[in-house]
Amino acid sequence: MPLTDGPALKMEGVSVYYGAIPAVREVFLDIPAHKITAFIGPSGCGKSTVLRCFNRTNDLIPSAKVQGNVFFRGVNLYSKKVDPVEVRRRIGMVFQKPNPFPKSIYENIAFGARINGYQGNMDELVETSLRRAAIWDEVKDKLKNSGLSLSGGQQQRLCIARAIAIQPEVILMDEPCSALDPISTLRIEELMQELKEQYTIVIVTHNMQQASRVSDKTAFFNAEATDQGGKLGYLVEFNDTVTIFTNPKQDYTRDYVSGRFG
Amino acid sequence: MTLSSNPRDLSDLQGDANSQFKPNLRSRYRLDRAFELLTWLATLISLIVLVTLLFDVIGDGAGSLNWDFLTSPPSRRAARAGLWPALVGTVWLLGITAVVAFPIGVGSGIFLEEFAPDNWFTRLIEINVGNLAAVPSIVYGLLGLTVFVDILRPITGGTSVLAGGLTLALLILPIIIVSTREALRAVPSSLRQGGFALGATRWQVIRDLVFAQSLPGILTGTILALSRAIGETAPILVVGAAGYIAFTPPLSLEGLQSDFTALPIQIYVWISRAKKDFEPIAAGGIVVLLVVLLLMNTSAILLRNKFQNKKL
Amino acid sequence: MYGSSQIPCLGPNRLFHLVLIMHTEPNSLPPPNDSKMWRPKRGVSIWSERLVKYLFASFALISVVTTIGIVGTLIFETFEFFREIPFFRFLTDTQWTPLFSDQFGIFVLISATFMTSLIALLVALPIGLLAAICLSEYASPKMRKWLKPALEILAGIPTVVYGYFALLFVTPLLQSIVPGLKIFNSLSAGLVMGFAIMPLVASLSEDAIYAVPQSLRQGSYALGTTKRETVTGVVLPAALSGIVASCVLAISRAVGETMIVTVAAGASPVLTLDPRVSVQTMTSFIVQATFGDNPVGTIGYKTLFAVGMTLFLITFVLNIFSFWFVRRFQEKYE
Repeated sequence: MPLTDGPALKMEGVSVYYGAIPAVREVFLDIPAHKITAFIGPSGCGKSTVLRCFNRTNDLIPSAKVQGNVFFRGVNLYSKKVDPVEVRRRIGMVFQKPNPFPKSIYENIAFGARINGYQGNMDELVETSLRRAAIWDEVKDKLKNSGLSLSGGQQQRLCIARAIAIQPEVILMDEPCSALDPISTLRIEELMQELKEQYTIVIVTHNMQQASRVSDKTAFFNAEATDQGGKLGYLVEFNDTVTIFTNPKQDYTRDYVSGRFG
Repeated sequence: MTLSSNPRDLSDLQGDANSQFKPNLRSRYRLDRAFELLTWLATLISLIVLVTLLFDVIGDGAGSLNWDFLTSPPSRRAARAGLWPALVGTVWLLGITAVVAFPIGVGSGIFLEEFAPDNWFTRLIEINVGNLAAVPSIVYGLLGLTVFVDILRPITGGTSVLAGGLTLALLILPIIIVSTREALRAVPSSLRQGGFALGATRWQVIRDLVFAQSLPGILTGTILALSRAIGETAPILVVGAAGYIAFTPPLSLEGLQSDFTALPIQIYVWISRAKKDFEPIAAGGIVVLLVVLLLMNTSAILLRNKFQNKKL
Repeated sequence: MYGSSQIPCLGPNRLFHLVLIMHTEPNSLPPPNDSKMWRPKRGVSIWSERLVKYLFASFALISVVTTIGIVGTLIFETFEFFREIPFFRFLTDTQWTPLFSDQFGIFVLISATFMTSLIALLVALPIGLLAAICLSEYASPKMRKWLKPALEILAGIPTVVYGYFALLFVTPLLQSIVPGLKIFNSLSAGLVMGFAIMPLVASLSEDAIYAVPQSLRQGSYALGTTKRETVTGVVLPAALSGIVASCVLAISRAVGETMIVTVAAGASPVLTLDPRVSVQTMTSFIVQATFGDNPVGTIGYKTLFAVGMTLFLITFVLNIFSFWFVRRFQEKYE
C-alpha cells in the first residue's frame, strides 16, 4: 500500500480547552492528501484552533490542552514518542499576518533549513523555494535586503517560501490573505493551486468566495453559546466544496453559505 | 513495509524528500537544556548577590542601630557617633529637589507630549533629554560646583544645602520628564477628543481630564527619581557636602544657605576612615539609608498598584 | 495663470479676489440662538492656555540650558587648563600627580577606568542579558512578578553601599583566593560594579526582548525550531537595537561610576593593567580633588574640569553611537 493513499491528516474526537474552558468539541475529520481543504465559519468558531492542532502550535500556549487523537499518515501526533519540533518540520504553517524575520531575504529562507540540518546546497534550496513561492523574479537581485523591506503580499509569499524550504508534506494556512490587497490575494490563490501538486494544504479563511474558488473540500465550523457565557466551536459539516456551497445537508451551513449569518 | 503500515513515530515515515535533513534533535535539546540552565544560573547569581549584600550590611550594622545613633551628631569616637545631621540633611535635599524638579519636570513633560509641535526644536529637546540621562552623575557635580557654588554664590551661599538640592534636581530632571511623558501617553486619546468635542481648550483638557488620569504614574516616576537622588553621593560630594557637620540647617530661608551633609556622604566618610570600629556605624548608616529608600519605593509601588487596579 | 516670463504680482484682479474671499468667509461663527445662557470666558482661557504653553516650554528649555551649562563650564575650565598645560603632555605624561607635582598623564586615570569598567562589563553584560532572557522567555508570569522587583531593588541600591560591600566583604573574600590582592584593587571594585549595573542591562534588554512580537516567535516555531533556537535565532536579533542600547548605556554607567571605585579601588594613580593593585579612576580623582582644598582658579581646580571633560566626551561618543545604532537597526513592526 503506497504511503500517499488514505488521508494525510485525520482527527478523531479532538477537543481543545483553554484552562478549564472548552473551546472546541469533538472534531472528526479526514484531510485528503494533495488537495486543498478549507475551514470556514463565523469568527470565534475555533477553526484556527483546530488548524493549530495539526502542527501542535497549541502546545505553545501554556493553558491550552488538546484531547483526542490527530494522525499524520497513521502516526499519532500527540503520542508521547512524537516530538512537536519534528512535527512542525514536517507540517509547515503560514500565518494570518505576514511575519518575516528581521533578517535578509536569503536568511529568512535558510534559517529553518539550517537549523534542521539541511545537507544539500543552501543556495539552490533558497532559489527553488523562492521560485516555488513565485517570488524569485521579484527578489533575486536583492537577497541581502531585509525581509521587512518587501510589500505585504511579497512578505506573505516569502513566508510561504520559508515554509516550503524545510520540505514539509503539509502546509497549514491560517487566513493567509486577510491582511492583503485583492491582487496579492489572487497571486497567493494561484500559488496554492500550483503547490497542491506537491503538498497537502489546509487553509482557514473567513472569505467564502475564497474557499469556493480554491478548495477541493470544505469544513464548516460553527460556535454555540455555552452555559458559562463563552463560545464552543464544533464541526457542522465536512464535504466536497461543491456540495457544501450548492447542496449542504445542514440548515446552518445553508444559512451561512448563503450569507444569512456570519 | 511492516513499519509503514503500522507507524508509531515520525521517523518511521521518512519519505524520499526528507532524506536531506538531519534534524539531530537529541543534541539540539541538550543545548536547549544547557542554555535554559545558564539563564537561570545568571538570575540566581544576581539574587544571591542581592541577598548576600543585604545580609552582610544588616549583620554588620544591626548592632549600632539605636535611638542615640539616629539622634546624635557625628563624633571622632565611633561609640558616640550619630546620624542626626545627615538624616536632616537628606530630608532637606529631598525637599529642595522635589520642589524644584517636580514642577519643572512635569511641565516639560506636558509641553513635550501635549503642546509641542513636531519641529526641530522639539526634537532637539528630546535628543537632549536622552543625552542628559547618560551623563555621569559626577559631571552634574562639576556643573553644580561652577554654577550653583561659584556663579550663584550670592543666592546659594556657596557650598550649601540649596546648591546640593539644585544639583540633584538637575540630575533627576530627565527621569521625571520621561516618566511624565510615559504617563501622559498611557491616557487614551479618546479622552482628549471627548474633551475637545465639548469645546474645551487644550490646557483645560489637560488640566481637568488628562492630568488626573496620569497623576499616579507621574507621582510613581517622581518618587523613584527622588529615591535615586537621595542615594546619590558623587555629585553632592563634588558640590561640597561636608563630612563633619554637627548641626542641622535652621528651618528658615537662611537654612537653605547652610552647610550640609547627607546620609550617603556620612556613610562614605565613615567607610573612608578605614578604622575597624567605624565599620559597624557605616553599616548602620547604610541600613538607615536602605530603610528610607525601601519606604519610598514601597509607596511608589503601592501607588502604581492602586493605579493599575483602578484601570481594570 | 501666470506665464513663466511674467512677474507674479498682486494686480487689481487678484486684489478683487481677496476682497471677495474676505466678504464671503466671516471669521467667526454666527452667535448661538440662546447666547445669554452661555458666557464662556474665551479670552481668559486663550490667555491662560498661552501662558501655560510658554511657561512649560521654558521649563523644557531648562534641560537644554543644563546641557549648555555642562558643556560650557567644562569647555571653559578645560580651556584654562590647557593654557597652562600643553595638550601633548596631557596625552603623553606617564604619571598623574597634578596636586603636588607637575605630571598630567590622563592615560594613568583612563587605564584605571578602563580596567574597572572592563571587569564590570564582563560581569554585567552576560549576566544581565541571560537574566533578561530568563525573565522574558523562561520564567513563568508568577516568577517574573517576583524577579523583576528583585532586580529593581538591586538597581536601586545606592552605589556607596556597593562600595562598602566591595571593600569590606568581597575584597577579604577574594584575598583568600587571589594571591597578592591588595586591600584596594580594581578586581573587586569591578566585580561589584558589574552587579550594580547588571540590573540596568537586564531590565532594558528585557523590555526590548519582551517587545518582540509573538508572531515572530510563532513563525520560528512553525519551522521546527526549539525554544533556544527561536530565542537566539529570531528573538534576540529582532531585539538587537534595544539590547545594544542597553549595553552602551551600561558602558557609560561603568565609565562614570564613582563611589564603588572611590571606596574600593583606591586612590593611587598608577599606569597599570594589573587588577590586583590600587589604582585611581577619573571619577575617583574628581572626588579626591574636590574633597581636598582646591579653590577656584588653581591648577587643581582646572584639572578637575579637564578630567570631567574627558569623562563627558567618552560618554557622549558612546551615546551618539547608541543613538546612531538604534536608528540604523531598529526594526519597525506593525
